Amino acid sequence: MEIVVCVKQVPDTTEVKIDPVTNTLIRQGVPSIVNPFDKNAVEAALVLKEKHGGKVTVISMGPPQAKDALKECLAMGADAAILISDRAFGGADTLATSYTLAAAIKKLGTVDLIFCGKQAIDGDTAQVGPEIAEHLGIPQVTYVAKVEVDGGTARLEREHEDGYEVIEVNTPVMLTFVKSANEPRYPTVKGTMRANRAEIPVWTLADLEVDEARLGLKGSPTQVRKIFTPKQRTQGVLIQKDTAREAVAELIAKMTEAKIV
Amino acid sequence: MAIKVIKDQCIGCNACVSACPFGAIEMQDDAKAFITEACTACGACIDTCPVKTIIREEEAKQVAIDKNAYKDVWVYIELNEGHPRSVGLELLGEGRKLADAMNQKLAAVILGDGVEPIAKEAFAAGADKVYLVEGPEYAHYSTDAYTIALVDLIGTYKPSVILLGATNDGRDLGPRIACRVGTGLTADCTGLGIDEATGLVAWTRPAFGGNIMATILCPEHRPQMGTVRPKVFKKPEPDYGKSGEIIRVPSKVKPGDIRTKLVEVIKVCTAACNLEEAEIIVSGGRGLCKPENFTLVEDLANVLGGAVGASRAAVDAGWKPALHQVGQTGKTVGPKIYFACGISGAIQHLAGMSSSDIVVAINKDPDAPIFKMADYGIVGDVMEVLPILTEEFKKIKEA
Repeated sequence: MEIVVCVKQVPDTTEVKIDPVTNTLIRQGVPSIVNPFDKNAVEAALVLKEKHGGKVTVISMGPPQAKDALKECLAMGADAAILISDRAFGGADTLATSYTLAAAIKKLGTVDLIFCGKQAIDGDTAQVGPEIAEHLGIPQVTYVAKVEVDGGTARLEREHEDGYEVIEVNTPVMLTFVKSANEPRYPTVKGTMRANRAEIPVWTLADLEVDEARLGLKGSPTQVRKIFTPKQRTQGVLIQKDTAREAVAELIAKMTEAKIV
Repeated sequence: MAIKVIKDQCIGCNACVSACPFGAIEMQDDAKAFITEACTACGACIDTCPVKTIIREEEAKQVAIDKNAYKDVWVYIELNEGHPRSVGLELLGEGRKLADAMNQKLAAVILGDGVEPIAKEAFAAGADKVYLVEGPEYAHYSTDAYTIALVDLIGTYKPSVILLGATNDGRDLGPRIACRVGTGLTADCTGLGIDEATGLVAWTRPAFGGNIMATILCPEHRPQMGTVRPKVFKKPEPDYGKSGEIIRVPSKVKPGDIRTKLVEVIKVCTAACNLEEAEIIVSGGRGLCKPENFTLVEDLANVLGGAVGASRAAVDAGWKPALHQVGQTGKTVGPKIYFACGISGAIQHLAGMSSSDIVVAINKDPDAPIFKMADYGIVGDVMEVLPILTEEFKKIKEA
């Protein structure tokens, strides 16, 4: 079973702070991590490989330092990793990104399963996975919480607002994973050593069969017009009383006063 | 539209480096700013440059479509068991404003099996037209059938703007359509408007876990598409006196087009975990100490007719299923009132609920971060406070 997992290196957004003076993001000291949902996708791929055999290849589009993210996936147990990196890919929105990743997946040859995280925590778009599937002309199932494969058929549980849908689909198929799908494993010492030694091939523009007009900033229909910091919520009323009953009475009085109750 | 540094004018002051939200500017060895491939051309650096040496370079677009051929604002009405999800009606209200500002018509798109009565709801919410595609193949959502239907409608009727709810199905469908027609899609918007300079739809959305907001345009491609978060806009008051034109479009879906087979729908929960559409949410965290105490949270939610949320800590501890999780790795919610009970307020949690209208927090620790953003906070033991709060709200309701 050939599985490709698409991963993204993202800033740990929980560590991002806003400079109160300049109102800009403070990126200094913010660690780069593998997008958490992508780790769920890697874990799901590794579990399937352990059960059915095959190969797990992780790919990432990004700057040279995104190799670190790929190494982490290798340390978890992925068999191979490829970085897709070229200045021509820079500034891509989801359409151009998915076009580039789809071209790389085509170059890999026969693939049974393509796994992505449900979304990346920096952009939160959840669009690259479905757009890769569309570029490749294969079906998709998003928000997958459980996957089983039997021959050429995948049986999935898809998370929905009110519960789950059980879906069957033939491979090749693109799946995006939610957090509840699994608990990603930690890299082993042996895995980390192997990953550190691994040479990660870099595919550039010259390696892909692509229409240059559809890459990077030029190939991106959406353009960022402006960036601003949202209004921060401010602290309201803090109620500290001797008894819980007094505190509740005060809360209800305040909420009634504000016409919320 | 690439951003460029005119190198010989750069004074190496570093101002742009810290202004870039994407970390895409580096100082090179020659003390000149260099824009890396991480640049998204957002332009945040342009204004900060004291010597005005960062410029936006207009590039000739290779794809030129006849944008004038695309007219009207469409809203995709997502159905759930034959009823429109609230977000579709909310978007008709907001779509009405966009259509009026653009001097164009507002249309609702309804796909389903025997769903014509929904058209009345769409007209009442402000639609001028309804595009209706019916057939048993639309009885339940599938990516393939719904994409075929919408792409066919777009090809025939050429809308300028399409709004979809940022639900699980909406975010499954949106990118598939956008990619097939080759246009831009802005995900999970929390603000819509018209960009004054260009007359384009200005899509505003949070990024970096809600730390920054970005306004996005789709200048050269049509339709301009976006998914919009539920509960951001108010559902318009229905006016059942209104009617409009129903345009019936035959289904183009052929046998074999739908490649996924829906085997079963498992409903885990009903109103209690419909967090995305809830007006009131009562959430519990580790401060509840043990899983049994979650009933205190559920009791209050029951009395208020609200949904039950949980922090990641509570979900990871196995006290509540993941469907209830609010936060960055769970659901993003925006109720009228959010009760945070025994939740300290890690930034990941705040990212999922900070757009709530009113936040009420109960926590033992007066320094808990949740109080920094709560409109009302009670410092106290959540196990003592909750039963009394439930009792008091019950009295108010019965009065």
